[in-house]
Amino acid sequence: MGLEIGLGHYLTVAAILFTLGVFGIFLNRKNVIIILMSVELILLAVNLNLVAFSAHLGDLQGQVFALLILTVAAAEAAIGLAILVIFYRNRGSIAVDDINMMKG
Amino acid sequence: MNSDIVSFASLAPAYPELVLAVASLVLLLVGAIINKERVIGITYAAIVLLLGLAVYVAITPSEGILFNGVFIADGFTRYMKTLVLGASAFALMLSLPHAEENGTHKYEYAVLALLSTLGMCTMVSANDLMTLYLGIELQSLAVYVLAAIKRDSGRATEAGLKYFVLGALSSGMLLYGASLIYGFTGNTNLQLIVAAIAIEGRSIGLIFGIVFLLAGVAFKLSAVPFHMWTPDVYEGAPTPVTAFLATAPKVAAMALLIRLVMDALQPVTGDWQQIIIFLSIASMVLAAFAAIGQRSIKRLVAYSSIGHVGFALVGLSSGTAVGVEGVAIYMAIYVTMTVGLFAFVLSVRTDAGPVETIDGLAGLSRERPFAAAIMAILMFSLIGLPPLAGFFAKWHVFLAAVEAQLFVLAVIGVLASAVSAFYYLRVVKVMYFDDPVARFEKVPGELTAIMAISGFLLVTYYFTVGGPLASVAHAAAGSLL
Repeated sequence: MGLEIGLGHYLTVAAILFTLGVFGIFLNRKNVIIILMSVELILLAVNLNLVAFSAHLGDLQGQVFALLILTVAAAEAAIGLAILVIFYRNRGSIAVDDINMMKG
Repeated sequence: MNSDIVSFASLAPAYPELVLAVASLVLLLVGAIINKERVIGITYAAIVLLLGLAVYVAITPSEGILFNGVFIADGFTRYMKTLVLGASAFALMLSLPHAEENGTHKYEYAVLALLSTLGMCTMVSANDLMTLYLGIELQSLAVYVLAAIKRDSGRATEAGLKYFVLGALSSGMLLYGASLIYGFTGNTNLQLIVAAIAIEGRSIGLIFGIVFLLAGVAFKLSAVPFHMWTPDVYEGAPTPVTAFLATAPKVAAMALLIRLVMDALQPVTGDWQQIIIFLSIASMVLAAFAAIGQRSIKRLVAYSSIGHVGFALVGLSSGTAVGVEGVAIYMAIYVTMTVGLFAFVLSVRTDAGPVETIDGLAGLSRERPFAAAIMAILMFSLIGLPPLAGFFAKWHVFLAAVEAQLFVLAVIGVLASAVSAFYYLRVVKVMYFDDPVARFEKVPGELTAIMAISGFLLVTYYFTVGGPLASVAHAAAGSLL
């Protein structure tokens, strides 16, 4: 009698990935690239959720949604890196602690 | 449910979006080909297009559900789209003076603004969690780039980066919520979600999904506690870009929120109401107190806009048609005030460049009496003094709250409004009673015109546009429920 992997397991993994992603954005003080990786982690957690639900419900919409998210995530990464490059050209650093010109 | 697209005419409800999509691609191509000196013509073309579409949407009653139920056009979307398109057009006009200095002279500026507007129209017309997401992302991705369009400015690129990181986080939260709602109702279509909730009742997973989804939308609306990006982005981004992202995207996000809670989440009104009431009170109170210490005009405007989102949410908290009507009127008046406010911020300049601090406005009334007078009107209207339009905006939303027995919320709203009067009046005091410290430059004609239009509408609101606006908003709210 092997362990049956059900919807609950997938949702748990997705929830852990999502939490890791959110904490990765807030707790990391080093590098903006890590923030971009955390954002990807969040989006992949959502995709895992959607695909697991889709398989569980026997409904294709979740997988269509996941494909759309993958596409948009690629565009988002492209724009994020582009903004990061011009930020680096101006400041010579991509450390999170250096994003501090405006406060209040 | 299924719509059959048999002819080009059957796409009529989506014409504005199709025209925007094609036009932005054509303008991108034209911008890449033509002379550098003539690219400003692209911005003019975009303004004419947006104004034309706003008029077209306002006068054409084409309704329907398209593309397998993911896209909806009704009276509510007509009202909100007119507002979004008009706001985008005026925000683009604000980018014309001093374009070189703000980095908005590039043709990409107008093209990105058009793409963002397309995203906003998609948000307004979203009838499915997928369209909702795609609309939000198209709007946001274009605006991230706009915020950083002045590539050689450290502050603008920092604003773009901050906006991007927090915007991406909010999209992630929104999506996580959407995935839970899909999983626990089995549908992504808003109408089918209502039906599923009505049959199966609420589950803990669904409530989690609603919380995440609303948190994501609250980020886009910059409602407290999801507002932390707003002051930094508003201050860092070039002023015309700030004007753009303080107006149209707010309207679109509000329209989306209304569609979501009044349509898809109708059976669980009690649950989302608590969240909206919390967002509303937190936004009004925090903005009223946080703005007091601000010295920068753009940061003040940022806190002011956070507060106004809070006031608009008072109307939505009621969960009634009267509330939706109040929010619709509020957003129209908010856009009018904000456009006028940014026209003023752009117009106040000394030899040293644009004035960015409140103290820099000292003695403005003596040299530029017209601009100072308009600013005073705007400030009084933002406070909500009768007979200016700002009073009627607040009156409608507080009325809805009182009718829904939300007395505490209404009282907190009125008190927050009174506190906010302090920092608005300080601007008037600095302009009229302090001694001038610098000489102010002449105001460009287009800014004077925009300020005059805004001031005129705010002063004569009750006698001119007030009645028609209220009846149109009433019809819009009626078509939603």
